[in-house]
Amino acid sequence: MYENIVTARHYEERLQEEYLEGKQPAFDISAGPIPGELHLAAGQEAAAAGVCQHLRDDDTVTATHRPHHVAIAKGVDLERMTAEIFGRQTGLGKGKGGHMHLFDPEVHFACSGIIAEGCPPAAGAGLAAKKRNEDSVAVAYLGEGAIDQGAFLESLNFAAVFDLPVVFVIEDNDWAISMPKERVTDVENGAKRADGFEMPGARVDADDAVEIYEVAGEAIGRARDRNGPTVLEVQVHRRMGHFMGDPQTYRPEEDQEAAAERDSIERLERDLRNHGVDDERIEEIREAAHERVEAAIEWAKEQPKPDPSDAHEDIFVNPPSGVTDSEPDFEFAGGDD
Amino acid sequence: MSENSAETRELTMSRAMVSAIAHEMRENDEVFYMGEDVADYGGIFDSTEGLREEFGYDRVMDVPISETAYLGAAVGAAQEGMRPIAELMFVDFFGVAMDQIYNQMAKNTYMSGGNVSVPMVLTAAVGGTYNDAAQHSQTLYGTFAHIPGLKIVVPSTAYEAKGLMHNAIRDDDPVLYMFHKRLMGIGWLPAPDGPKTPVPETDYTIPFGSADVKRTGDDVTIVTLGLHVHRALEAAEGLAADGIDAEVVDLRSLVPLDTDTVVESVEKTGNLVVVDEDYRSYGVTGEIVASVADEALAALDSVERVALPDVPIPYSRPMENEVVPDVDDIAAAVRRTQ
Ligand SMILES: Cc1ncc(C[n+]2csc(CCOP(=O)(O)OP(=O)(O)O)c2C)c(N)n1
Repeated sequence: MYENIVTARHYEERLQEEYLEGKQPAFDISAGPIPGELHLAAGQEAAAAGVCQHLRDDDTVTATHRPHHVAIAKGVDLERMTAEIFGRQTGLGKGKGGHMHLFDPEVHFACSGIIAEGCPPAAGAGLAAKKRNEDSVAVAYLGEGAIDQGAFLESLNFAAVFDLPVVFVIEDNDWAISMPKERVTDVENGAKRADGFEMPGARVDADDAVEIYEVAGEAIGRARDRNGPTVLEVQVHRRMGHFMGDPQTYRPEEDQEAAAERDSIERLERDLRNHGVDDERIEEIREAAHERVEAAIEWAKEQPKPDPSDAHEDIFVNPPSGVTDSEPDFEFAGGDD
Repeated sequence: MSENSAETRELTMSRAMVSAIAHEMRENDEVFYMGEDVADYGGIFDSTEGLREEFGYDRVMDVPISETAYLGAAVGAAQEGMRPIAELMFVDFFGVAMDQIYNQMAKNTYMSGGNVSVPMVLTAAVGGTYNDAAQHSQTLYGTFAHIPGLKIVVPSTAYEAKGLMHNAIRDDDPVLYMFHKRLMGIGWLPAPDGPKTPVPETDYTIPFGSADVKRTGDDVTIVTLGLHVHRALEAAEGLAADGIDAEVVDLRSLVPLDTDTVVESVEKTGNLVVVDEDYRSYGVTGEIVASVADEALAALDSVERVALPDVPIPYSRPMENEVVPDVDDIAAAVRRTQ
């Protein structure tokens, strides 16, 4: 868990540096080596590591627009994920998806930029496992802002009536872009959404990886044992803006400071020390994680950029005959002849 | 309107939109604004900057991420006679609330035999050019223009943004107001020079269904809208150096569609190039070509369509540049007509 958390944190710190290249002094989202939006998850790593520690490669995870920490914890190929974020040909999606749309079928990982829309496919993965009589499970990640969304509530009902092996993990970071939780929902505890569907709901109030690990273990165990779905909400913190370039003028300074203070990494390090792990070992893990991240970024940056014409491929895996080129040479000559 | 007149000032497109909204809100208590991040943030694309400060949370409402509920609530409030403006930041997200948009908002007037009206405005950002991939870059003009019952307007400059917004809020029917992110003038997404224009202080409307000839020319008609008005104008400048005189028609609204202005131009030039950032098949380019063919087939010497080939928009820059039409693509299409 510690290794996953420090890898994710360092990974995003490095992505942030790379992202800002070419975007300074004036921030232009379309400039620099990493294009498009970038949503970082600093402060939320425990939610990924604590849950995914229980998962196998054949368990499915659907993540959100803020996916890197979850992808790392689920074991997504770090090199190819990085190449994807840099828009390279050897990236997970050949440069077509980018940071919000990472797909690694080897470890059953997917994510989407549309709020709560990972929930129905997770229920679908659970349904497939049940139909095939396999003991794999599915985990759908969503933010606390997404718990008001129809796709989430419908998926809860669907998973409940068919007793599907699904765990819905709400990462409560208090903010949905500029909207604080209390202004858009009347429930303080998002796991209570489960009550309406007669399924268990649990909330972990501290961004404590160990506690998250324990509570998630019960939920995932229940799913694996065919005892149906669970909603699990975990408190995390958004240490940065919603996306890179977000000035956060809407956010009180105290809140930003409080988020920065609650560091799940330091907490976990304390726990490790209390359990007799010495500083040297902690440093060793940290360094290895840093090296791994550095290597992935170096590798990704050396990868070839896609050929512009690659844009026309992969719309179908089985292109209908006659539809091989998305840009037919079209010329219409009307008129008097 | 003279550029130096005391009553005009240069505005970005987002400021122009906001000035029209603020004006209508001051004049009419029934107008209110709902959306995600529209109050404290001022809209992700600055589309509501400053409104909450003036009108408060009651009239500039941040809403839960529950698009079916709030877009549907806008329909319901409009049917009660209020004039809601609802914003869903990216048109790509419309799918989650599609029923409220294309079955309720669009069709209730018709199904009630004209007895129910839905005087609401739905605003959304459209367009790519900043590498945000397939779920955040679509234009989708064609998808919504295809549905009967929705008026679709697309500003290309600050002047258009204000006049069309005044008209949209006052219109008794549902209007989908689709603005291109690249034109808004936001810090993090630099706009080309064109969209920042002088804008009258006072209110004025631009009627829907009135296309605007942004450049006159004799050799070829370029019909387009939104961001691509500016790309077409730039292409036209380049072509002029080679002796090709292009006329650029800015549609400004897709529903209603001003076929007359397009046909008149094609009758003069004989050549038609339609440029659109939406997918090519079953879309705007096909519609314009078909309309001109219907009305003036004999005037057409050649036709070219420049649109997004039918691919989801790729993330990586070289691929996105390949599929989103640029100035060179437009110029090349024009040359093919000559
Ligand atoms: C259907 C849909 N509506 C709106 C958006 C825009 N949007 C992207 S992230 C976001 C806030 C999400 O908040 P939350 O679920 O709490 O996740 P967090 O960003 O805090 O991790 C919104 C409104 C979207 N991507 N999809």
